Amino acid sequence: MSRLDLKNGSVEMVHGSGGRAMGQLIEELFARALRNQWLDQGNDQAQFDLPPGRVVMATDSHVISPLFFPGGDIGSLAVHGTINDVAMAGAKPCYLAAGFILEEGFPLADLARIVASMAAAAREAGVPVVTGDTKVVERGKGDGVFITTTGVGVVPPGLHLSGDQARPGDRILLSGSIGDHGVTILSLREGLGFEADIGSDSQALHRLVAAMVEAVPEIRCLRDPTRGGLGNTLNELAGQSGVGMQLVERAIPLREPVRAACEFLGLDPLYVANEGKLIAICPAEQAERLLEVMRAHPQGREAAIIGTVVADERRFVQMETLFGGSRMVDWLNGEQLPRIC
Amino acid sequence: MKYVDEFRDGATARQLAARIAAEADPARAYRLMEFCGGHTHAIFRYGIPDLLPANVRLIHGPGCPVCVMPIGRLDMAIELARRPEVILCTYGDMLRVPASGRISLLKARAEGAAVRMLYSPVEALKLAQDNPNKEVVFFAIGFETTTPPTALVIEQARKLGLANFSVFCNHVLTPAAMHAILATPEARAGALQLDGFIGPAHVSTVIGSAPYAPFPEQYGTPLVIAGFEPLDLLQALLMLVRQLNEGRAEVENQFTRAVTAEGNRKAKALTERVFELRESFEWRGLGAVPHSALQIREAFAAFDAERRFALEPRTGLENKACECPAILRGAKSPRDCKLFGNPCSPDNPLGSCMVSSEGACAAWYAYGRQRQGAAEVAR
Repeated sequence: MSRLDLKNGSVEMVHGSGGRAMGQLIEELFARALRNQWLDQGNDQAQFDLPPGRVVMATDSHVISPLFFPGGDIGSLAVHGTINDVAMAGAKPCYLAAGFILEEGFPLADLARIVASMAAAAREAGVPVVTGDTKVVERGKGDGVFITTTGVGVVPPGLHLSGDQARPGDRILLSGSIGDHGVTILSLREGLGFEADIGSDSQALHRLVAAMVEAVPEIRCLRDPTRGGLGNTLNELAGQSGVGMQLVERAIPLREPVRAACEFLGLDPLYVANEGKLIAICPAEQAERLLEVMRAHPQGREAAIIGTVVADERRFVQMETLFGGSRMVDWLNGEQLPRIC
Repeated sequence: MKYVDEFRDGATARQLAARIAAEADPARAYRLMEFCGGHTHAIFRYGIPDLLPANVRLIHGPGCPVCVMPIGRLDMAIELARRPEVILCTYGDMLRVPASGRISLLKARAEGAAVRMLYSPVEALKLAQDNPNKEVVFFAIGFETTTPPTALVIEQARKLGLANFSVFCNHVLTPAAMHAILATPEARAGALQLDGFIGPAHVSTVIGSAPYAPFPEQYGTPLVIAGFEPLDLLQALLMLVRQLNEGRAEVENQFTRAVTAEGNRKAKALTERVFELRESFEWRGLGAVPHSALQIREAFAAFDAERRFALEPRTGLENKACECPAILRGAKSPRDCKLFGNPCSPDNPLGSCMVSSEGACAAWYAYGRQRQGAAEVAR
């Protein structure tokens, strides 16, 4: 059997059939890039011990278009996204599993680039991909590549973070600027013709989280405002905890090119996606200390206290605007759309 | 951000609001209609009503492109989308508007119709080039702002010799709708009293300020063209209050940084080359309004989806309890509708005004409920 043509070849149905071609794809492309002791064993599963503590598990499917974008690609995003979901429990992420659905005809060169990026992201984060799966679907039945990653981690003893723990009086902190990822993706979409000096903020946040929970174990909850942006994520937390929230627009970090792009397109940055930011809610007394710890960390340099949890049976998230008025930050339904005229 | 922050300054806003309060005569009412949905959205987003005295009241107009589209035209679009050879494309908001039987273009898509969302009509041309075996139809909607881009793609399609591209044209005209509002049964019976208009921002950059001259002349109604920023709106309101106090009725232009008397000559010429006036067009809420919309000229007939697919006019079925038509005429407010909030919400829109962020109901829902809630708690 000839070697896999990683330069000009493409994914074929036979690569998912369980035969020799599939073995070759796994061996020459996946295992080579992601190499570690578990993958080397060649089993259908990985066996490992975990450090003491409660085990956390999270899964996330990635279906992004375009697959490559400034600041990352679907491979690095699939690693960061699941690490962050595990980390938001205050946990140390330990291992990842990855499932690939490939569309027949997808260039092997692109797949190799994605897997290399995944491997680099996993290595950088210190969280290995220890098991995986590959399926191939007929041309037209997928969108190039879909990746599902599952992560396992462990919560250090004494921590109980959950979205239902926010209490009136608590402070709301944000680790950095909003909207970078969503505006980057939108600016690349076909036909928009909008160019800006913006890159995705995709990054793994577990080291920042470790520093935060070590300094302030009283943190009530953490969540990364991904799809739906800051606005929807805060509404989720308000709903879970049965509280309202009062934000201060002036305090929310927003990079100028992102703000300009949103202004131009008629979008509200509060509902634009992020892939490397987190929201933390903590008791008021610990807020300054937590802010200090976040700002001392490279991933939280622009952190800010953006608001306060308030008692409100209606669970409204409201915001004091730059203009000096008050507005609702409601759930946003569906995808945010550029204005028509 | 330059040229944005200056127009959102809270301190200046409070000064302007104080001037309006000082100059508004407590003995009279100032019932002012913002025609354009962009203004409606800004008014709610920035909480402008909170800054105004009680006798300066804003009435929301019909200037929301998806809101005024009659259900019959939407039914025609859905019928087109269901043809196996057709890919129908349009702007995002239009996809969610419920038509007859609560079918929307999104639902039609879920049932197998080829429906695509566009950010720009230029994407439709590419879609046609990439799918030579399909008929690509652009469902064109909107006021004078979105018309020139549609004209442009029709001209380009002819230049490219695209045989599989056409436009289902639903472009409508602002001044005609304003005349219609002043001639509704409510307006004639005195149930809707309008003391002045806030003229549209982006539309006026295209058509200029001249087309508004008849409003002060024929109806004695002053009109001030305003930009979309909150300070633009407050300044325009002050200008209207002053005109009314001084017994003047004129067209004034607050948005001088973008609007001239004659507008955008190039855009107007482009529109003129491709489109001509329709005899009459059905508006949601306003009914049939003569010379209120555009159709594609004979010279471009090959790109006219209505001719190409021999589309027959349809009469849509309105949800009887939905107050969109009266809201679009300015005769009712979203709160007067029994469906508002429950069951009609942005998650589950029953009428067009709840779909678009420029629709009065959606703006009220997104930004106004907290005030309503506070009032109820206070009671």
